Amino acid sequence: MMNKNRLVKIYVDGKEVLAREGENLLKELRRLGFDIPGLCYYEKASPRASCRLCLVKIEGTNKLVPACSTTVKEGMKIVAFDDELEEIRRLILDLILSEHDCDCITCEKNGYCLLQDLAYRYGLDEEHRLFKASLRRLPKDTSSPVLIYDPNKCIRCGRCIAACEEIQGKGILSFAYRGSETIVMAGIPSWSDSLCDGCGECIQACPVGALIEKPSVGKGRIWEVTRIRTTCPYCGIGCQIEVWIKNGRIIKILGADLPPNYGSLCVKGRFGYEHVHSPDRLTRPLIRINDKLTPVSWDEALDYVAKRLNEIINKYGPDSIYVLGSSKATNESNYILQKFARVVIGTNNVDNSARLCHAPTLYGLKAVLGAGAMTNSINELEKTDCILIFGSNATETHPIIGSIIKRAKRRGAKIIVVDPLCTELAKIADIWLPIRPGTDIALVNGMMNYIISHDLIDNTFVKSRCEGFEELSKLVAKYDLDKVEKITGVPKGKIEAAAKAYATAKNACIVYCMGITQHVFGTKNVIAIADLALITGHIGRKHNGIYPLRGHNNVQGACDLGVLPDVLPGYQSLSDPNVIEKFEKVWKAKIPKKPGLAVTEAIDAAIKGKIKAMYIMGFNILLTHPNRDMVERALKNLELLIVQDIFLTETAQIAHVVLPAACWAEIDGTYTNTERRILRVRKLIDPPGEAKPDWWIICEIAKRMGKDIGEYSSAKDIWDEIRLLVPIYSGITYERIEEKGIQWPCPSEGHPGTGFLYDAEFKTPSGKARLIPVDYEPLIEEPNDEYPYLLIIGRSLYHFHTSHMTRRSRPLREYVDSPYVEMNPADMKKLKLNTGDCVRLVSRKGSIELFVLESSRVPPGVLFTTFHFSETPVNKMTDYLLDPISKIPELKVVPCRIERVENIV
Amino acid sequence: MRISSIEELRSVIEKERKRLLSFKYRVYVVSASCTSPRDTSSIISAFEESVKELALSHKVLISPTGCLGICAMGPNVRIEPGGYIYVKMTAEKTKRVSTLHLAEDRPVKEYLSEEVALFFKKQVRLVLRNVGRINPERIEDYFAMGGYLALAKALSMKPSEVIAEVKRSGLRGRGGAGFPTGLKWEIVARATDEPKYVIANLDEGDPGVFANRALAEGDPHAIIEGMLIAGYAVGASKGFIYVRSEYPLAVRRLRLAIKQAREYGLIGNNILGTDFSFDIEIFLGAGAFVAGEETALIASIEGKRAIPRQKPPYPATHGLWGKPTLVNNVETLANIPLIISKGSGWFAQFGTERSKGTKIFSLTGHIRRSGLIEVPLGITLREIVYDIGGGIPDGHKLKAVQIGGPSGGFLPDSLLDIPVDYESLNAVGVIMGSGGIVVYDETTCMVDSAKFFIEFCMKESCGHCAPCRIGLVRIYEILDRITRGAGVKEDLDLLEKLCKVVSKASLCGLGQTAPNPVMTTLKYFKDEYNAHIFEKRCPAGKCPIKRS
Repeated sequence: MMNKNRLVKIYVDGKEVLAREGENLLKELRRLGFDIPGLCYYEKASPRASCRLCLVKIEGTNKLVPACSTTVKEGMKIVAFDDELEEIRRLILDLILSEHDCDCITCEKNGYCLLQDLAYRYGLDEEHRLFKASLRRLPKDTSSPVLIYDPNKCIRCGRCIAACEEIQGKGILSFAYRGSETIVMAGIPSWSDSLCDGCGECIQACPVGALIEKPSVGKGRIWEVTRIRTTCPYCGIGCQIEVWIKNGRIIKILGADLPPNYGSLCVKGRFGYEHVHSPDRLTRPLIRINDKLTPVSWDEALDYVAKRLNEIINKYGPDSIYVLGSSKATNESNYILQKFARVVIGTNNVDNSARLCHAPTLYGLKAVLGAGAMTNSINELEKTDCILIFGSNATETHPIIGSIIKRAKRRGAKIIVVDPLCTELAKIADIWLPIRPGTDIALVNGMMNYIISHDLIDNTFVKSRCEGFEELSKLVAKYDLDKVEKITGVPKGKIEAAAKAYATAKNACIVYCMGITQHVFGTKNVIAIADLALITGHIGRKHNGIYPLRGHNNVQGACDLGVLPDVLPGYQSLSDPNVIEKFEKVWKAKIPKKPGLAVTEAIDAAIKGKIKAMYIMGFNILLTHPNRDMVERALKNLELLIVQDIFLTETAQIAHVVLPAACWAEIDGTYTNTERRILRVRKLIDPPGEAKPDWWIICEIAKRMGKDIGEYSSAKDIWDEIRLLVPIYSGITYERIEEKGIQWPCPSEGHPGTGFLYDAEFKTPSGKARLIPVDYEPLIEEPNDEYPYLLIIGRSLYHFHTSHMTRRSRPLREYVDSPYVEMNPADMKKLKLNTGDCVRLVSRKGSIELFVLESSRVPPGVLFTTFHFSETPVNKMTDYLLDPISKIPELKVVPCRIERVENIV
Repeated sequence: MRISSIEELRSVIEKERKRLLSFKYRVYVVSASCTSPRDTSSIISAFEESVKELALSHKVLISPTGCLGICAMGPNVRIEPGGYIYVKMTAEKTKRVSTLHLAEDRPVKEYLSEEVALFFKKQVRLVLRNVGRINPERIEDYFAMGGYLALAKALSMKPSEVIAEVKRSGLRGRGGAGFPTGLKWEIVARATDEPKYVIANLDEGDPGVFANRALAEGDPHAIIEGMLIAGYAVGASKGFIYVRSEYPLAVRRLRLAIKQAREYGLIGNNILGTDFSFDIEIFLGAGAFVAGEETALIASIEGKRAIPRQKPPYPATHGLWGKPTLVNNVETLANIPLIISKGSGWFAQFGTERSKGTKIFSLTGHIRRSGLIEVPLGITLREIVYDIGGGIPDGHKLKAVQIGGPSGGFLPDSLLDIPVDYESLNAVGVIMGSGGIVVYDETTCMVDSAKFFIEFCMKESCGHCAPCRIGLVRIYEILDRITRGAGVKEDLDLLEKLCKVVSKASLCGLGQTAPNPVMTTLKYFKDEYNAHIFEKRCPAGKCPIKRS
């Protein structure tokens, strides 16, 4: 067996060097300083061997060999450079230039084009070229919203095709025609006729100017721009991006070759940045005067807020105020926000949007394992043997994880998808379990029953690392598969196959998302999943774990830093006197010990008049919280509503005070991604107008309220305080994460961070995992005669949450810009509906009007829509039903009926 | 119907042999792509009618058969016993043949030709042993020739013994490159990954070459039997025949042959009552020349664009769907039953020291007796051109012989005495290729001919690697301007340089050999280039040179 870590002697141009055995020869030779030219080799994809520039001579072979397609073997004798090879390379380059449009003068890639560099290196100016260019002057394909393909500049290296197929797992691109007529094609006849979703992996792979970012054309070239690395502001993956800035404006975003994304991005991350420069950005503080939001100075706004908050505290007590943190804001700002609630206001009434997404993870995984977070690292998924996916449309909601799952499949991993929708992952899955929504517990219990009764459990693991197996096996024994088939609608054979595949895989991971958590039994769902992982021993090892996919860029961090009503930063207990003492010492203030309300409870409390004021930082609750009518009543019932945001969101529009915040591109700080990795966020540009960093605004208010929140001159100052108080973050300094993020727990500066949790013990009092039996319960609201359809609410690839950022980015709007409901063709036929018809969805609570779209991914009887569009607020339809443990509302499904309407108002 | 033991096979063979011999005469009418189907069917029905009239129906077998090779003198009819070959047959002529030859045992001399004997004299028909002697649409005819006995024999041997026998025979790949077949089998057999595949390459794409087609149309079971033996030897249980879709008759006969073999249990599970199971599927190509390259062919079967990939790893270890795969040309496979049944020693008597056996060629161009020939390796080109082909017609002189298809090379008269074997051909800058020999007389312009073949390869380049995709276009442009009288002195050096780089740097065999026509004409017919460039004159008078 070749061992890539073994250094072996090879001989290059007569020199003895040490190379890694089995490694790609071109990569190794370049690492060792032999600058062999090449255009088609792309390290992340399989070698193409098409440009033929890296041909070398190897003793023992009579033909020239492309180094990119050769592996290092001990004792190899290589000629990397001699006159013959250089002449061949020069001639090939000359040939390539002869079919290339060498118009560097206006080329976007001028300055970072591999062909330009090589032509320069080989001195191939016009005079020294043997061949006159004979271009066919083919038309550019400009049909894609995000890119332009110029066949005249294409060198047919195939890197884009490999990137699309092997890295993204999409396989949309291919060569078309043959010989010198070869071009790259996505769709017939043009790019926009393909399934290309605009991730731009191909652009990133293109070594020349054949594929370029459409929105960046003419905006600036490499020598004119400042390039700064930061973290993508969208989902919880935390992709590292390289942002190009010219004259204070973002003109381009590239993927940075760092974990967790290693250069890949999705369409939002790469092209969804125009909102930063939107004229709609809030630039001045606003105060409602005569029922009109009126611009005022910062002093006026801050004094007003401070005064009103003090008045309300004095009149109704600190617990009459509610503070909402932001899963989009930095760790530093969120930390300051909860400190503001606890120290300045004196309440634990603080929460964040995790309440609407992964609160069940926090409570469920904590109860079973000891910590409510992803157990392993994202990149471990790629090399596991089996991935079991529950209720996650990862290719749209977490696209980079979607592509990693596809790569795992390519490597041979078994993919099992549990989803009522035939998602893209369901389509590639080895086993798809089309489950009836809300019946996951029955399914998981059935799987566990099968696993236990067929003795497929990991006995050693269960005995040594778990408690409560007897109770669990007693409960799941009730779930015989015939019964489970009846409840879930999944054929028994498929359940058996899935259970067997997962249990018997050497390494296996579970991925889950909102399909699991956004139910009134969300916490129980999570517990069942954790039980399944435990009895099969698929946890506590590399490539074995549970992957809750967090939605926001910093929802993990907001939770980690105590923007929760019942714990202090670092999930430290409000009832532990040692903890309280530590915090009070550093915060130089008394901390309230009574846990606060969850935000979902606070809405009710506001209606009842118990909550009088709300301070909302970056949270469009009016659109995201269930039961629009109730939220509206609650917010309107407040004496004081302060919204701090970057746009005048629907929530901000009804506020008394609106404070303009700096956005992700305008601040320093950190985010914590879904795999517990702390990543740097860097200031790229100045905020527009008078917008200010969130933490600065809060500190100013605190000061004006006459309270000591601490003195900070930068985000780093705040971070250093966090390190002092939060043990899981203690070892992480800004310096250490300058390049690569580090995963918590990281207790000391010498600690490398933690890729996967629970290798030795669980974070429970006993150190053992607690297997908790949970019983299936039906949805509170099932479809009935009056509301025969079950509406599933989810997301689209092209938009993010209430879409204030994405709908202000033109390329994303070009893909999708109007609300729609997906419906099975059979149902449409029954109702005589066609794609594009206007319909009204009516639930017990309310209705919305939108277009209907034929979609075979939804089963009959099920509808799918998103909550992106303010014109069709889907929370008008949802009810206020809470999970008793985590207080998450039933957001995922609602029964409804569908009516045709003539026009959408 | 199912034959489940070697004994049963022997008795079927005996029965079918007796059946054939029970006829007084067997009339084989060529039914192949070289003969128009209308001619074939009118000749067959005319024979049937006249035989009926003569009340000979029970005594005479009238049957279609494959191409006899002397297509220039077709339509042909062969009558057994005796091996009489009637040339330029028509429906009208059948009456005399029936009344004289079939009824009165008096062959019709006027319809025979002396040239036939000359054509066959130096040929050795091993691979084409049954072509023209059996009805390719009846497996029973193949049985009558002892068909599938080699498979039965192989199944009684150990796979390693089968491979050893093939190795000893010295058989080399007939697709063109000449890799030792037994060695390839051994590599596949030794590969540890499973499952394994056998692919028969019938993507014959060289213009003017029809050797594989004639084989598949004339004796499809020889290919199938070869595949079965190969599958057994290397440990595969699935085979594909990759046929170009431009060969509809070959496809039809192969499909029929597979169906019949399956009915007799010779394809499927537990073949001849053994543990060996093997299935064969036909895969149609979609018209790309490069798909005949083994890695491109594999990509095509996988449903991808037929683009070759860098080797190694070779298909023998990383082939179809990444699994060990034996890719053999159909001609190679058709040799196998002979080697197994007659022994490697017998086989090795044909050919030279390093090139054993025979090779089928399509002999075309300016030649008297064009057609399909099978000759022992080591024969000289002169023997092929003059003794078999009868030389250049119409009083013209030979100028060049091109061997090896569009990427073969041109040899001048002075080199016609080299033996046709892999090494000798390579030494003079040409290749064996898949079996094309084209003869050119002095009316041919060599620069124009080189341009013709470069244009073919340029258009058939898959476009994947830069030297082939762009280099061939640039070579074509230079040749084009030379033939237009616009060539300059520097073009000669540039051509040399380009050809060298394209052949050394290209990824697959197409690009590596495509410059051969240019390189060999530059080497052997440099004066013609000089005439075009320096004298603005085309010696053959073919090129449209405008004098300034």
